[in-house]
Amino acid sequence: MTSALLDLGAGAIGAAVRDGRATAAAILDESLFRLHAIGEGANDLHAVLHAATPGLASEPLTSGPLAGVPVAVKDNFCTRGLPTGCGSKILEGWMSPYEATAVRKLREAGAVIVAKTNMDEFAMGSSTENSAYGPSRNPHDPSRAPGGSSGGSAVVVAAGIAPIALGSETGGSVRQPASFCGVVGVKPTYGRVSRFGLVAFASSLDCVAPFGRTVDDAAFATELISGHDPHDATSSDRPVPAMRVGPGPLTGLVVGVPKEYFPDSLDPAVRAHCERALESLKAQGATIREVSLPHTALAIPVYYIIAPAEASANLARFDGARYGLRVAAPGVQEMFASTRAKGFGPEVTRRILLGTYVLSAGYYDAYYRKAQEVRALITADFAKVFSGGVHVLFTPTTPTPAFKLGAITDPYEMYLSDIFTVTANLAGIPGLSLPIGRVKGLPVGGQILAAHFDEPTMFRVAYALEEALGAEAHR
Amino acid sequence: MAVTLDDVRHVAHLARLAIPEDQLGTYVAQLNGILGHMEVLQQVPSAGLAQAADASLDGMRTRADQTGAVRLEVPREQNAPAMRDGFFLVPRLATHEDSGEEA
Repeated sequence: MTSALLDLGAGAIGAAVRDGRATAAAILDESLFRLHAIGEGANDLHAVLHAATPGLASEPLTSGPLAGVPVAVKDNFCTRGLPTGCGSKILEGWMSPYEATAVRKLREAGAVIVAKTNMDEFAMGSSTENSAYGPSRNPHDPSRAPGGSSGGSAVVVAAGIAPIALGSETGGSVRQPASFCGVVGVKPTYGRVSRFGLVAFASSLDCVAPFGRTVDDAAFATELISGHDPHDATSSDRPVPAMRVGPGPLTGLVVGVPKEYFPDSLDPAVRAHCERALESLKAQGATIREVSLPHTALAIPVYYIIAPAEASANLARFDGARYGLRVAAPGVQEMFASTRAKGFGPEVTRRILLGTYVLSAGYYDAYYRKAQEVRALITADFAKVFSGGVHVLFTPTTPTPAFKLGAITDPYEMYLSDIFTVTANLAGIPGLSLPIGRVKGLPVGGQILAAHFDEPTMFRVAYALEEALGAEAHR
Repeated sequence: MAVTLDDVRHVAHLARLAIPEDQLGTYVAQLNGILGHMEVLQQVPSAGLAQAADASLDGMRTRADQTGAVRLEVPREQNAPAMRDGFFLVPRLATHEDSGEEA
């Protein structure tokens, strides 16, 4: 009975616990049993870095919308009771003295934190291969990447361990792994969810971003963690609207299809699934309109200047003096430099060097200033489309399904896997990926983008598409 | 604007990263490879365009200009060896007559 319950949505699990039909402790036990099952021997998906202890939910949890619901949390959220290490050796074993606002809100809603999940070190990567603790594996084909950087959280949801997990996005780190693992991933509007307690990577881009097994689970989590937080000056004080809008007709809705997201090089099977999804939206009353976002091709160069620049400043705090690892050296400066060289992996080191370079004297205007100006053009592209009567945009989430672990060795080629997701982070708009089909057994994700703070319309389309595709979305 | 060995040494110093000499060449090649893809931005006319400050529609928010007690994550009592009447108890300064005793 508990086993079957865990396969239901977060709302149904919470209701069963509140009604006394199940206990939080029994649900946690089942979740930990499943977690153990995907972490053994040759089948080890390596999704989790730290798991809860079975007795954690022994206190009666009988209230709250998520009463007794197991939730997994990416390793870059500060949590009480479980280490926070950002997938890095430099923070190995570090215990935060405080908790991230998003985690606190989930706990206050009754959720039980079942695990801290694997990730690319400091969220820098698209495959989890940059984790200092080894890559996670895709549950649909363990020889393939689950995507990243929030790959561990995507795997946990896909494997049925938790209906909801927290990830974080800087350039697509939730939507891309959601697409690769066949689950729903949401990037809320920048400012919709407090970033307090999320270890900073690139502060003007970072978002707290939830995964759900279904659109309803993802909408539920997004709604619960949204809202102003005095601890985060960039969090919005706009009222949080209802996001669990449910499926319904799409009459009067205009869906834009940006031609730049359907290049000739797009995987034909991915294109075919997108066309089927668009037909489905049309059948439900939506109008499909081709649109153009002309600066899309510039998004990756812009992102890989701005994000490393901000990272080089944010990661300056990890120096051996205040957190985690310290490498002994004759002087303080040498201790800083030796600690950072040993504690950071190659991708983080590369991005810190790149970020420091583009901010340094002589190069700031050519790179950083220029990137900020072009970022404004990318934002203006979206504003023009949304003010022209388009309610949402529909695109593929990624150019291909999940790639093989170890298949991409060139850093820039890896960066290109974010090509359809990074624009939403640069513009600050909300985006969502949901499963729309399979290619040779591998999930394909479709992306819905909406105007700033219009998550309800984004979810309205996602609910309708999920219901219309039904089992076809997983075939 | 090709990145040189000296450039990587310089930014590694600025970033407080003790990168071994035998790895510098790899980073030179990788940074040049990545920055080569950024050159496309130079062809975009952007003179006079405002820079994007960040992705926030509402801009940076400021809190009300009011004072008040600062909320501590850990009660201050937990950061003190001992307290009495709301004060921290610490050893007397060594210059006092009966140094070594608590106040």
